[in-house]
Amino acid sequence: MAKVVKIALAGEGGQGVQSIAEILAEAANEEGKNALYIPNFGVEQRGGVSIAFVQISDGAIGAPKFVEADILIPLSPRAVKRTKMHAGKNTVYIYDNSLVQEAEVNDNIVGMQYFDVTPPCPTADEANADLQQDMIAGEPKTCSFTKPGPGVDPADIPTNVKKVIACPANDLAKNELHPRVFNIIILGAIIAATEVLPIDSIKKALETKLGDKFKADPKLRDMNFKALDRGYELIKSAM
Amino acid sequence: MAEVSLQGEQRVFMTGNEVVAWAAVAAKVDIMYGYPITPQNEIMHYWTRLAPKYGKRFLQTEDEISAGFTMLGGVMTGRKAFTATAGPGNVLMQESCVMAEMMRLPAVYVIQQRGGPSTATVIYAQQETTLTCFGGNGEGHRIVYSTATHQELFDYTIKAFNAAWTYRFPSFVLGDGYQAKMREPLTIYDAESKGVKLVPTEPMVGEFKPGKQFKHLRNTYNTEEELYEVVMANQRDWDAMAPKVVEWYEKDCQDADVVFVCHGVVSRAAMGALDELRAQGKKVGLFRPITVRPFPEKQLADAVKNAKKVLVAESAYGQLLKMVQVAICGGKAEIVPMLRPGIGITTEELVEEYNKL
Amino acid sequence: MQELKENNVLQPAMPKSWNEETKPHKFCPGCGHGIILKAVGEVIDELGIQDKIVFGCDIGCSLLSWDFFACDSVQTHHGRTTPVITGMKRANTDIIGIAYMGDGGGYAIGSQHLFNAAVRGEKITIILCNNCNYGMTGGQMAPTTLPGMKTETSPYGRDVEQTGYPTKGPEMVAAVAPEGAYVARGTIANVRQLKGFIKKALENQMAGNGISFVECLSSCPTNWRTNAKQTWEFVEKDMAQYFKVGELRTPQAKEGK
Repeated sequence: MAKVVKIALAGEGGQGVQSIAEILAEAANEEGKNALYIPNFGVEQRGGVSIAFVQISDGAIGAPKFVEADILIPLSPRAVKRTKMHAGKNTVYIYDNSLVQEAEVNDNIVGMQYFDVTPPCPTADEANADLQQDMIAGEPKTCSFTKPGPGVDPADIPTNVKKVIACPANDLAKNELHPRVFNIIILGAIIAATEVLPIDSIKKALETKLGDKFKADPKLRDMNFKALDRGYELIKSAM
Repeated sequence: MAEVSLQGEQRVFMTGNEVVAWAAVAAKVDIMYGYPITPQNEIMHYWTRLAPKYGKRFLQTEDEISAGFTMLGGVMTGRKAFTATAGPGNVLMQESCVMAEMMRLPAVYVIQQRGGPSTATVIYAQQETTLTCFGGNGEGHRIVYSTATHQELFDYTIKAFNAAWTYRFPSFVLGDGYQAKMREPLTIYDAESKGVKLVPTEPMVGEFKPGKQFKHLRNTYNTEEELYEVVMANQRDWDAMAPKVVEWYEKDCQDADVVFVCHGVVSRAAMGALDELRAQGKKVGLFRPITVRPFPEKQLADAVKNAKKVLVAESAYGQLLKMVQVAICGGKAEIVPMLRPGIGITTEELVEEYNKL
Repeated sequence: MQELKENNVLQPAMPKSWNEETKPHKFCPGCGHGIILKAVGEVIDELGIQDKIVFGCDIGCSLLSWDFFACDSVQTHHGRTTPVITGMKRANTDIIGIAYMGDGGGYAIGSQHLFNAAVRGEKITIILCNNCNYGMTGGQMAPTTLPGMKTETSPYGRDVEQTGYPTKGPEMVAAVAPEGAYVARGTIANVRQLKGFIKKALENQMAGNGISFVECLSSCPTNWRTNAKQTWEFVEKDMAQYFKVGELRTPQAKEGK
């Protein structure tokens, strides 16, 4: 039986968790692997934490969801709290240790059935004028989470896991690159942690997904690829 | 990724709802009738985008009752038609379904089960199994395919149209919210160039040919005896059909001490558990009804005849269990239920349940 | 039209589109359904559309018309004739669809279908028999029961404080239907006029203009417990006073037609 790599990503609605899960699964599929991606959706979004389950394998893939993740990536302080059940002794745990404030989700989107398909931007009120709200295919799928705050409470980080890696993707995006590519840094980190796919396959998938935008603005390609490489290196050096 | 098409065969990566829309195109469906309800909405979304390119039609109705009955109108004129729904919508669709049973109309329903009872969740469940098999005031004269993978979702949607038009019983594809929303690879294809014959349609009314015999179709009868004859004729047809359409999957049952019985997406968890436990040398097997109606009763009884225990796992409280109890009543295996209404079952949970036995 | 002679007595002509085998029909003596259906049959003959008709009938007394015509016919569920005929017409625009129903089927259990078919301007013809009560189930109060009228479920007379006023179907359809609609209310007390309305309603569908809806004021002496004179008085006076007979919408003549 072929090994199945199980990846769970969690973040605030609008952090782009579902987008990168989709890119990851599509890249795996293009590589000829079996891949399965399922978002959580519906009123379970109450509280605004969005979880994506991705599984990649050379063989068959079983149930669409799982309990223990091989790679667990909670991207906000609240996501850290909400994903404890997915951490186990074989889990590589990657969290964002940037000192940010999680976005407050307005009550009026609680219970929306399509939270992650067309999310209202939870930080619309805090939007930076120079930031586009979209990152993927022209849809408002991500927005910045650059508001300073206390970050993750270290006491919430599980200790019984295989490895804990802190990745200040938010700070990195804000200071070195651009807040828009926050989730692409995470994507690079996932590849480094799993080596489940070559990094070039992700670049190909990004090219497919954002090709038109890249053509219109080649700088966008550079920025995305740089973010991907940066996330990759960061984790490689930590592992 | 290259543009998706049905030219030859193409490996694609998409959500289950998109798969259903493509399968309907592959089955050469003429018209879809629908009403929005999560988690099936994207079937309509994709269909309305695809349909004009293939000269097909769509009608958004005022409710699921209307979606069901407009579909019946469509099939009566000899057009291939279907609808899709979930949860409370499935409840409303049952009214049209019993008319289809009585009048032998080739209606096709795609159900993406959500939580129940009532509005419950928009996410996932297997709580519409009994409803889909036996809803309405009748005898459950219908065919229900319970799918587990996107490939099956494609294959069995095409098959459901063929079964409906061959046997003239309403046919269901019983999916769920997980299958609706998840993405995985599958191969889509042009049915006929792959050797899958599409059963031709024929109008029941509204055909214009000289000297035609006018049809008077009804579902109301005056006497008990008259009704009895009609229902029994349908029952005989259904009984004769059942062995031809019944489908199941079994693995490693003959030497198994414990046989998992699941249907739909839960059988994926069972496949994972089976691999894991067999690797540890545990004697486990899996039996999965693909048609939950007609239910593969004899095949299940045979598969578990040597087993000590039968672990029935479902995302409902005893809907599959009852079917299993009927099928293996009198057998020696002990039935152990794992009943999780409205919530997913993972491989890990199934293994844990096995270890408790 | 052929005229049948039986025992050397001249029989009234039967429309060609009637199904002879099922005549005499099954409606009660004095019931208005037969009159409406005769008008429908004559119009079908005059328009020469017998082969193209799909006649759908509802539950209630209207279901007794399931084999009334020598036309393709489908008996559906209570209230569901509008969607069945809608679905047919959407799937095959060559048919001429008639949805035939009572006031319960159209204004109560199937009101959402009637309303939305009207809003969408479905290119079908709906003919609704209004007899102020549920006939087949034994004379209960219907959406169209007149104020103060006694029925099995309003034994002391319809109390508008509790149950509201009778539904004015054509007025509702006329208010919501898009351009191209034909809406009228006829009565069995004026068959010539009623037939004209039904003819226009079918012609409107054939022209592909929009929805066509004709309500027919009808009689139910069995449940009204009225004799012939009282029955006609009720139809001609009481009903007509509340339900105004006439055309409510006609399609605007299209340019060049």
